[in-house]
Amino acid sequence: MYPFAYTRVNSVREALDAGRRGGRYIAGGTTLVDLMRETVETPETVVDISALPLRDITATAGGGIRIGALVPMSVATADPKLNSLYPVAAQALRGASAQLRNMATIGGNIMQRTRCTYFRDVTADCNKRDPGSGCAALHGYNRGHAILGGSDHCVAVHASDFAVALTALEATVHLQAPDGKERSLPFADFLLRPGSTPQREQNIRQGELITAVEIPALPRPLKSAYLKIRDRQSYSFGLASAAVALHVRGGVIREAKVAAGGVATVPWKLSAVERALIGERPSDRLWAEAASHAVDGARPLQHNRFKVELLKRTVERQLRTVGEME
Amino acid sequence: MSSELPESAVPPPTGASESTSGPSRRTFIATSTAVGGVVVAGGTFLAGSEEATAAGAAPSTRVSLTVNGTRRTVTVDNRTSLLDLLREHLDLTGSKKGCNAGACGACTVLVDGQRVNSCLTLAVRLEGAEVTTIEGLAKGDELHPLQQAFIDEDAFQCGYCTPGQIMSGVGCIQEGHTNSPEEIREYMSGNVCRCGCYVKIVRAVEQTAARK
Repeated sequence: MYPFAYTRVNSVREALDAGRRGGRYIAGGTTLVDLMRETVETPETVVDISALPLRDITATAGGGIRIGALVPMSVATADPKLNSLYPVAAQALRGASAQLRNMATIGGNIMQRTRCTYFRDVTADCNKRDPGSGCAALHGYNRGHAILGGSDHCVAVHASDFAVALTALEATVHLQAPDGKERSLPFADFLLRPGSTPQREQNIRQGELITAVEIPALPRPLKSAYLKIRDRQSYSFGLASAAVALHVRGGVIREAKVAAGGVATVPWKLSAVERALIGERPSDRLWAEAASHAVDGARPLQHNRFKVELLKRTVERQLRTVGEME
Repeated sequence: MSSELPESAVPPPTGASESTSGPSRRTFIATSTAVGGVVVAGGTFLAGSEEATAAGAAPSTRVSLTVNGTRRTVTVDNRTSLLDLLREHLDLTGSKKGCNAGACGACTVLVDGQRVNSCLTLAVRLEGAEVTTIEGLAKGDELHPLQQAFIDEDAFQCGYCTPGQIMSGVGCIQEGHTNSPEEIREYMSGNVCRCGCYVKIVRAVEQTAARK
């Protein structure tokens, strides 16, 4: 780890001032400290924002929910409001170990960086870490890599489960800039596909601070759940996952929100699956037919062809599970 | 209840990517601690890290925290993890360094009552914090019930993961995630046991939770 200056701030104003000068925000630190030790991240100044008042979970006027950026994962996942309104989001926060969940925050979760081993290995070629150096994963061991959303420059998977739920539910990210201006953007526009600039991962400007994420109101009753398939039963990154929320009234699916994780460079909104569901009556045939669209445009690599079938089955199973919920 | 030790300065962190100062440091610190707990920077500082030496004096910060009831004020190189502070500078070697990346749980301690990975916790962030390590769990000669349960259930073989397992188990019981063996397994999944003692570890946590 390279030397860095450390500063602790006590207000959003102080944080933004430090951020404008190039300071790197640290919240839970579970990704940043790890990557600093690997010398993948080399911030000159680390700005400790853990004292900022961004720890509230509040119901919004319209019936949605707003989660402060510094709410620990362990608090959010246990929150009664989140569990009753959006079980899919609460469940998606249970991926990491209990220790990590106590440390890691909501804002940090969506800022977390890929687990691609070539990205983490500073001796390997990686366009995300060292633009222009090449992508060792394209022709290396790419079992865990993306079948969707990749480019010739990068096929690293986005690691967050929570981001998959936020994508499905069409959440909003609230940001504040060093000049004090606040802006909000759809979560789908917050995380960036690699394209030819895989080093740019978020739509965020220097010094901007995430203050909250907000899940909008959705028609009620809403049934939702998260399914994650991984190599072991718990505490592992996903090979494929599905976030599903359905609003069924009069025996007909009126609203469907579906996204996949573990398979793409960003959480993958399954719009074609949603379209195949809306207006239809739940049935085994429908779940299978809709899920077949989950892999539209998939481009598997040498070692991850299994993810095509795995994703289809993961989505089908989760559509059925949620569809059959009381 | 908490006692206060004299202030000390601690050298930069050690790690696989950095040169180590050999076996002498712990001996040096242990000796210093024995004569009053004062560790002076000077030569030890320079011996600590290639990177730090190359860059000149690395930024450091003064921090006061309570470790197992004892107030400690130290000046740490900003890079120092809580785990390295405990092991290399405070001579509390019960917390283990397994992966040093938050994946194995061997370094688990409680910070302000919550279980965390001390390897991913920068010591410099712990101003005012209360840290409990495996060394602080027993009351005198009386073991914590979970420590006793690990012995009764024979819940370890090599023992390397055990301090982390026990600290994580204490957290798990406090959080109330002990309603079934399945729930305990899920909530203890951040602690890896190479010897595969999981069945007995789960039993020890379950029995301790039931006695509460």
